[in-house]
Formats: sequence, structure tokens, C-alpha cells
Amino acid sequence: MSKNLGQLDRMVHGAYEAGWTTDIESDTLAPGLNEDTVRFISARKQEPDWLLQWRLKAFRHWQTMVHPEWAHVHYPAIDYQSISYYSAPRRPGDGPQSLDEVDPELLRTYEKLGIPLHERAALAGVAVDAVFDSVSVVTTFKEKLGEAGVIFCPISEAVREHPELIRKYLGSVVPFRDNFFAGLNSAVFSDGSFVYVPKGVRCPMELSTYFRINARNTGQFERTLIVADEGSHVSYLEGCTAPQRDENQLHAAVVELIALKGAEIKYSTVQNWYPGDADGRGGIYNFVTKRGIAHANAKISWTQVETGSAITWKYPSVILQGDNAVGEFYSVALTRGMQQADTGTKMVHVGRNTRSTIVSKGISAMRAENAYRGLVHIGAGADNARNHTQCDSLLIGDRCGAHTFPYIESRNPSATVEHEATTSKVGDDQLFLCRQRGLDPEKAVSMIVNGFCKQVFRELPMEFAVEAGKLLEVSLEGAVG
Amino acid sequence: MLKIANLHATVADTPILKGLNLEINAGEVHAIMGPNGSGKSTLAAVLAGRDGYEVTAGSIEYQGRDLLALAVEERARAGVFLAFQYPVEIPGVSNMEFLRASLEAVRSHRGEPNLSAVEFMKLARATSQQLQLDPEFLKRGVNEGFSGGEKKRNEILQMLLLQPNLAILDETDSGLDIDALQVVADGVNALRSPERAIIMVTHYQRLLDYVVPDYVHVLADGCILRSGGPELALELEAKGYGWLRDDAA
Repeated sequence: MSKNLGQLDRMVHGAYEAGWTTDIESDTLAPGLNEDTVRFISARKQEPDWLLQWRLKAFRHWQTMVHPEWAHVHYPAIDYQSISYYSAPRRPGDGPQSLDEVDPELLRTYEKLGIPLHERAALAGVAVDAVFDSVSVVTTFKEKLGEAGVIFCPISEAVREHPELIRKYLGSVVPFRDNFFAGLNSAVFSDGSFVYVPKGVRCPMELSTYFRINARNTGQFERTLIVADEGSHVSYLEGCTAPQRDENQLHAAVVELIALKGAEIKYSTVQNWYPGDADGRGGIYNFVTKRGIAHANAKISWTQVETGSAITWKYPSVILQGDNAVGEFYSVALTRGMQQADTGTKMVHVGRNTRSTIVSKGISAMRAENAYRGLVHIGAGADNARNHTQCDSLLIGDRCGAHTFPYIESRNPSATVEHEATTSKVGDDQLFLCRQRGLDPEKAVSMIVNGFCKQVFRELPMEFAVEAGKLLEVSLEGAVG
Repeated sequence: MLKIANLHATVADTPILKGLNLEINAGEVHAIMGPNGSGKSTLAAVLAGRDGYEVTAGSIEYQGRDLLALAVEERARAGVFLAFQYPVEIPGVSNMEFLRASLEAVRSHRGEPNLSAVEFMKLARATSQQLQLDPEFLKRGVNEGFSGGEKKRNEILQMLLLQPNLAILDETDSGLDIDALQVVADGVNALRSPERAIIMVTHYQRLLDYVVPDYVHVLADGCILRSGGPELALELEAKGYGWLRDDAA
């Protein structure tokens, strides 16, 4: 028994492949957080006064908030004064207007991560916004998207170019009072992506943002806002990596999605922040608030593959505001080493005939802890609302943990809410069966885990489903990685 | 093909096999019988190399090699096949995907080229029909939601695809109704050939009506108490195991 566990352990000790750093000159704000920090960030981004005032309001409110303690994660108190809130690669003037002006070192960074930014080399049919520490370094295919009327740009640019949209929607789904990390983000957010898809337009390309934390002692506080106007359709993917460092780094993002009548937003995440080493040194604290609002006949679908971060605290949610709105959440969360994840979703049914589906797959290996936390709320007016939740946990070895915290609140007797949960082990038996049929132990574990996740991988855009499978393999292999 | 000498094995420090000797030649079918706890399944597990079964003395020679020095998957690729008593489920991994990966692993070890997807599909379909399994079930997860009988037939399906040199059937007959038993037995008989050997671990004489063994061994308290031909199984059926023990004492 113990012999077998040792083998499983070795297998899940995969090396983190994105752990290198980029050597680049940066303008980094000294650590510390006060109103001047907020003013500095706003000024650096040449923001209008209304946004500065909004940030300051958020900051003042945040100071009155308490750090949430309810999640099933454990870490020492964070000293918010020891973090730098802004770091940008140094560049002449206002920053690059085209790829030719981007520091080649940055282009190489993304290339090495498998994200070529030159449009001719780019993944076919995928437009990329590359965010490096606190700024967006380049957004590809802007012109091609522009022809369809789709706006895809850094949010700091959108503040200048499309202030009416930002003013209308920023903070409309996740107000700064929402929670501690959303409050902090609203005060100090730096960059992130903005997407607007006009009425009736089907976005011609996959959109994706690639987040990279590079600077030491720096937090990344990105903000993403996606507005899909009536009857439009957009599919968006974000990827995240960070260098291997001994100290913990904070990533507190906010993502807001607005799907107007009949619109559809598909939002996929492949999160591979540095998870820390096997003893729990270093790694990203990934404290993220993601929420969408779906108006009548609209659909919002979250798919996430979470393999990185020392701690993951995120609950991509959908407010099913309009009648017949649909919300989906498909999640794979893999924790190994000393990683901890408390993740899940909230489906808030407001409109009639609203439907939501939750499929959560948690995998824990070694000494990791993995918790699913989900709320299904059926409001009094949500006649005939339906939810189906399926929540499966897979344990590898016998020192890890899986926990499920489902909350169901129903205020409408016509609603149907179903919850299924299973916990299983990558058993010695499964592994033995595979090996007895001639398979390598590594291949066997990766096959078992991929099988477990199949239902979620099916939901990823095709270009990334393969990537996700591979990422899981890298995370699990170790012995051969 | 297989030479087991003075085999001692423990499970969780409890001695189970206590000096077992057995020799099996290519072309032979051996039945291993014996009461519960006599060490039948332990023998099967030790041959396959399962964790938790520790060999404390003795040797096993397979095709002239030291079997105990090989890892589980190496034994499998060298042609040792174990049909499980309790086949486990692997949800989300289709039977097809699993069979193909395992066939590829075994074939590449033998230096044979991989089958094309079409060739493989044809082979898998034909073999499942031979076992009266709906080919649709190749698309389902490995053993996922299979009935007891389907699981056992799935084991035989894997055996027929992999064409092992040494097949070990660990109580494959248990829990099968008479029709399923016939199908499974037909599968096993189809595998019989002068190059192959088969070990059938069983509790009952029933299976031996369908697959007639060359030798029958009775295991008791970790040793082979008596060996004989098929008639020994019939005698056991009539008199029970107690008779042998009294006889030995």
C-alpha cells in the first residue's frame, strides 16, 4: 500500500514549466497602499476624474471591510502594505502602438509560453490580449475584429476610447462593496481586457487574454469586462502563468460579464499560476471574483481548468436575471503538493424558466485540499427554475482532502433542484488494472484523470481542449516530465 | 513456460502461500481449486505482481526469465494476463480507448505495428460479437455501469484481443448465469492453443464442465495438497474439501 502511494506521489510531482522569469526593466511602484497609491495608478493610466473618484470610494470602503475567513483554505495573514500595486515594463513614451514597437524580450516571453503574438504566427482564429504584470502589452487582430464592430482592447484603453460603455457597466455586476478582494481590486486594478460585441454579431474569432505575472513582490489586479449586446455571441479564453518564486504573490482579479437579451457568452479559463513548491513555499494566491448577468434568453457559460496557484478562491457565478436565461459552470480543479482550492459557483435564479447546470470535478493529490462550494439560489419569482448540480471528487493517495459545501436556497415551490455528489479514489485497483493491461503507470494515471474530467473538457473551445489535457498531463506526470 | 518453486508469500505480514510448487507447460490448461482462504487468489495476484503481496521466498520462472524481477506492466507486455475477479470501473475512459491503448502497449513490446483505427474497430467489434456483447458497449466507460456478467465478459474480450501467452482467470465463473458461463467458456476455449497456457482459479466444478482442464490442483493452506486430472474436480464436488484434508492427515 505505502509503496503504491509513493509511486502515485512521484507521478504527481510534475515540474512547473512556466516558472522562469523575464529579465526586463520595469517601473515598479514601491510597496505600500494608501490613497496616493490609488491616485498614482489612476494618473499613470491617464484616467478621467470620475474613475479616480470611483477608485477612491472603493478604497475607502475596502478599508472598512474584513478579510473573509469562511473558505476552507489556510494561509498566514497578508500584509497589504508589503505588496507593490503597480509594475510595468519600461517603455518609451505612451507605449507601443504596434507590434514593431513592443520590446522583443516581451514577445519572446509570450512565444516561450506558446502564445505567438505576431498575427501571421498566431493561432488561427484567436485574437490575444497579452497582459504583463500591470499593463497590456499588445492586443492582436484589433483591426479584423473592428470590421465586425467588435471592440477588444485593454481596459485602460477602453476607459479613454469608450468611456460611455465603461461608465455604464464597470462595477454593475460586481460592485466594489461585494467582497474584500473585489473592493481591493476596484481601488487598484491595473489592466485587463475589455470586450464589446454589438447587437446580433457573432464574434468572428475566439478572444483570449494571456496574463503573466513577472515582477517580484507585485500583485496583479486585473479587471475584465465583457459586454455582449442583444443577440450576440462571443467565446473568450484566459490563460495565466507566473514565475517560480519563494514568496507568495497576490492575484485579485474581477471579471464581469453582461449578456443582454438573447446573447451568449462562453468564458473559459486555463489557470496555471505558479503553485508553489512541494513544501508549500511560494505560489500565487488566486482570489478572484467572477460574475455574469444573463438577461432574458441569454446564456452565460463558465468553463475553468484550474491547475495552478497556491490557493484558489473563486466562484464564477451567474445571475439569471431574465426569463429563460441559462447559466452553466464546468470546472476541473486539480490540487497537488500543498495547494488548496476553494472553488465553485453561484447560480442566482431571478427570472422565470431559468436553467442552470453545474459540473464540478475536483482532483486532489499528495497533501492538497480541494473544496467545492456552490450556491443555488431560487428567487420567489423564478417560476419553474431548474438546476442540476454534479459534483465529483477524485483523490490520489490518502493524505489529500476533498470537501463539498453545497448551499441550496429555494423560495419558489415550482423549482427543481438536483444535486449529485461522488467521491472516488484513483484506486490502486484502477492503476493495477491499467498496468496489468500493459500501460505505464504515468499513462494510466493520466488516462484515469482525463476520463474523470472528460465532461468538462468537452466544453472548452476546441483549440484549448487539447492544451488542457496536456496541461493536466504535465501536472500529473512528474516521473516522466 | 511457468515454473513456480517453493513460493512463499505474505499479505500484510500474514503468510498465505507456504512453499507452493507448480510447473505449467505451453498448451496446458490447469485448474486451481480449493476452499476460501487457501491462497488461490493470492497466487493469481503474485503472478501478476500486485502491490501488497510480498514474496518472501521461492522463485517464479516465466519463459526462462525471473518473473518476480519484472514490473506489473512488463509482465503484461510479456504476455501474462490476469482476468480479474472484481473488475473495477474507470469512468470517462471509453472501453475502446482503453482496449486500444493496452493493445498498442502490448503490440509495440512485441515489435508489431499498431493497428489503424479502422482495423482496430473491426477487430474489437468482431471480438465483442463473439462474446455476445453489443458493440455499443465499446463506447461506454470501462466497466462503467456494466452488470456483473458484462464485466466478466469484458475481461474475456480483453484477453482475446491481447492474445496472452499465459492467461490467469481469477474466479471468472463466479456470479455468472449459465448462458454467460457458456459464452465465457467458449472464449477461453478459443484461446487454447499449443503455444498458450491457461490457469483457471475456481471454486466450483461448474466451469470445468465447459473448459476441460488438463490438470486439477487442490490448494489448501498455501500449498498444493493434491494434483490430478479432471476427475479430481468431480471427486471434490462429490466429497468436498474436507475429505482431502482428512486424507492428508
